[in-house]
Amino acid sequence: MADIASAAPRQAPAAPRFSIRGALSAAEIDFRLFGMLLALVAILVGFNVVNEGTFLRPENMTTLAVQGAGVAVLATGMVLVIVARNIDLSVGSLVGFIAMSYALLMTNWLPNILGMGDDFPFRWLIALALGVGLGAVFGAVQGFIIAYVGVPSFVVTLGGLLSIRGAVWVLSQGAAVSGLDPTFQLLGGSAQGSIGGTLTWAVAIVGSLAIIALIVYNRRQRRRFGFPVRPMWAEVTIAAVGCLAVIGLAAFANGNYWPVGAATRYAQEHGITEPPGGLKIAVGLPWPVVILIAVTVVMTFLATRRRFGRYVYAYGGNPEAAELAGINTRWTVVKIYILMGVLCAISAAIAAARLNGSTLDVGQSYELYVIAAAVVGGTSFAGGIGTIPGAVLGAFVMQALAYGLAYTGYNSPIQNIVAGIVLVLAVGFDAYNRRRGGGS
Amino acid sequence: MAVAESEPLVEMSHIRVAFGGVHAVDDVSINLHAGEVIGLVGGNGAGKSTLMKALSGAHPPNSGEIRVEGRRVTIANPRDAKLYNIECIYQTLALADNIDAPGNVFLGRELTTMWGSMDDGAMEDATRKVMGRLNPNFKRFAQAVKSLSGGQRQAVAIARAVHFNARILIMDEPTAALGPAETSQVRDLIRQLKTEGIGIFLISHDIHDVFDLSDRISVMYHGRIVDTIKKTETTADDVLGMIILGKKPEQVTQKELAELQLPGQSPAPNLAS
Repeated sequence: MADIASAAPRQAPAAPRFSIRGALSAAEIDFRLFGMLLALVAILVGFNVVNEGTFLRPENMTTLAVQGAGVAVLATGMVLVIVARNIDLSVGSLVGFIAMSYALLMTNWLPNILGMGDDFPFRWLIALALGVGLGAVFGAVQGFIIAYVGVPSFVVTLGGLLSIRGAVWVLSQGAAVSGLDPTFQLLGGSAQGSIGGTLTWAVAIVGSLAIIALIVYNRRQRRRFGFPVRPMWAEVTIAAVGCLAVIGLAAFANGNYWPVGAATRYAQEHGITEPPGGLKIAVGLPWPVVILIAVTVVMTFLATRRRFGRYVYAYGGNPEAAELAGINTRWTVVKIYILMGVLCAISAAIAAARLNGSTLDVGQSYELYVIAAAVVGGTSFAGGIGTIPGAVLGAFVMQALAYGLAYTGYNSPIQNIVAGIVLVLAVGFDAYNRRRGGGS
Repeated sequence: MAVAESEPLVEMSHIRVAFGGVHAVDDVSINLHAGEVIGLVGGNGAGKSTLMKALSGAHPPNSGEIRVEGRRVTIANPRDAKLYNIECIYQTLALADNIDAPGNVFLGRELTTMWGSMDDGAMEDATRKVMGRLNPNFKRFAQAVKSLSGGQRQAVAIARAVHFNARILIMDEPTAALGPAETSQVRDLIRQLKTEGIGIFLISHDIHDVFDLSDRISVMYHGRIVDTIKKTETTADDVLGMIILGKKPEQVTQKELAELQLPGQSPAPNLAS
């Protein structure tokens, strides 16, 4: 028996053992990102099992995505802040300040000071542009003090956290403000604030084509210079998996229908006779999710394809080397904070639109969730390491845990306990993995 | 004294660099001609690296004048230096560890496409070409330079200077971290660059390197230049004496010479270690 057992393996050729990590590295897929995706899926499936299959439904996932979008948008910028060896504690307060500004702009300042009444065209866009400008200015001021005056970012943005939150109170004199422009409200992602079934399919098709175009373009570029290219099976598999994922998500999002009341009202308004069982209007992707997708694509492009991103990573990896290479490192840091301010304005728009107004505590504690998302997503405080898709995934891992626990019936103290433990575990696992040399 | 009658490539006159009240470089004048290698030697803290940082823009001088090909220039930062084709290979290599070799070679001077995005293909192609000259076996173009060996990292740092057609090259201890084979590669490269008409300042602790590669040798001591001499008109012993005592050989007293030779009778301690 023993002889046969020991002889058997000898007959097999010494082919390299198939390993997931080996296949991934041949396909040049980020092992870490893949692990995060698996963790997210595991969390969702886990809650689905615990809740006897009621959890993984389009309406729940849509709500989860809308709730997580505001933090995820900010996390894409926080990655660059932390990669460049800085921190921004003021994002929550700045979101609150800009959200309050949107509310006051549309209820008071635009109509009463600038004479733009309810019927003024593109009022929502004017408010949005002013908010983005406000975010950029706040970011520029903080960035200037950090980069040119030399006050540590922790101190500057801690000051920002306190004083900007105070400024929210001063703006509204302590009152909550409500009543936004109807178009602006759509940014909040209600049933109406979604792009609908047809556009969701369109987004999926554009996304699939973009994935294929990107793979073909990269392969052509490498061929042009005669560099080694990925094996064909890897290219095809990646393209197929990417397109299937995009189309699958679109189909899933379109499985969510308008609430019965809203659908009935819509049918009456448009003179449609409701079919038996009610009118089924696909909700599709909510606007906050569309915004998040756009922000993620643009930020990834900035971080990986533009000189700005290269300089951010170079500065984070070795500030002295970046300086000696002739990079204007101070201006780079200011630009990061300007970008962070703009993202605060986008996140604030989603928050204000969801509330149809603003209160004193919009954005409260966001800075903590955002930093946690970036760190769970693989951003290192040592500087120079972190990816934007990773941070978005990190935000959704945290959001999925919170939402899933709430859905299962645990209150927010329990959610916080779990979130804190997961944060430390994720970073601990990462540190362990890197020490074993698996990080590269 | 002049190696060539032509106008010097670089002329630094009366350069002073102070850290607080201490003059790290004190009224130093030095020049460099095309196709010439100047060996810059001296003990720790003699001011060699500080003098070169004044030229590379890493630490601008407090006073003094720098002329490049006869034209007076102001070098306030590394960007200015690169405008005058002054490239520096720092002792620390100054690499961004988290970025790959092409990214480091082109750091601060990325090639872009017509849309202003980085042209990674073109950068990798150029890096492959220049690395082919420096280290033909190098294949790891996609890895962060953190994972490269000391010699490979050195090659990346040198590639950065070579690719951009340096006219004036500063090399601060280019072989300190290298094994024998790699050291000889770097020596060959220096000879090759010299024939291409590049002027090189070579900072080194290795007296053999200096005598092997330099045309002239400048000895620094406590922020001043003791002497600049043609290699053919001096000996290693004289240079070592100047490094240790800070005086020209003819000024050295018998007593000082005796003290110098006391430990172990060896004519000169080995500074290379």
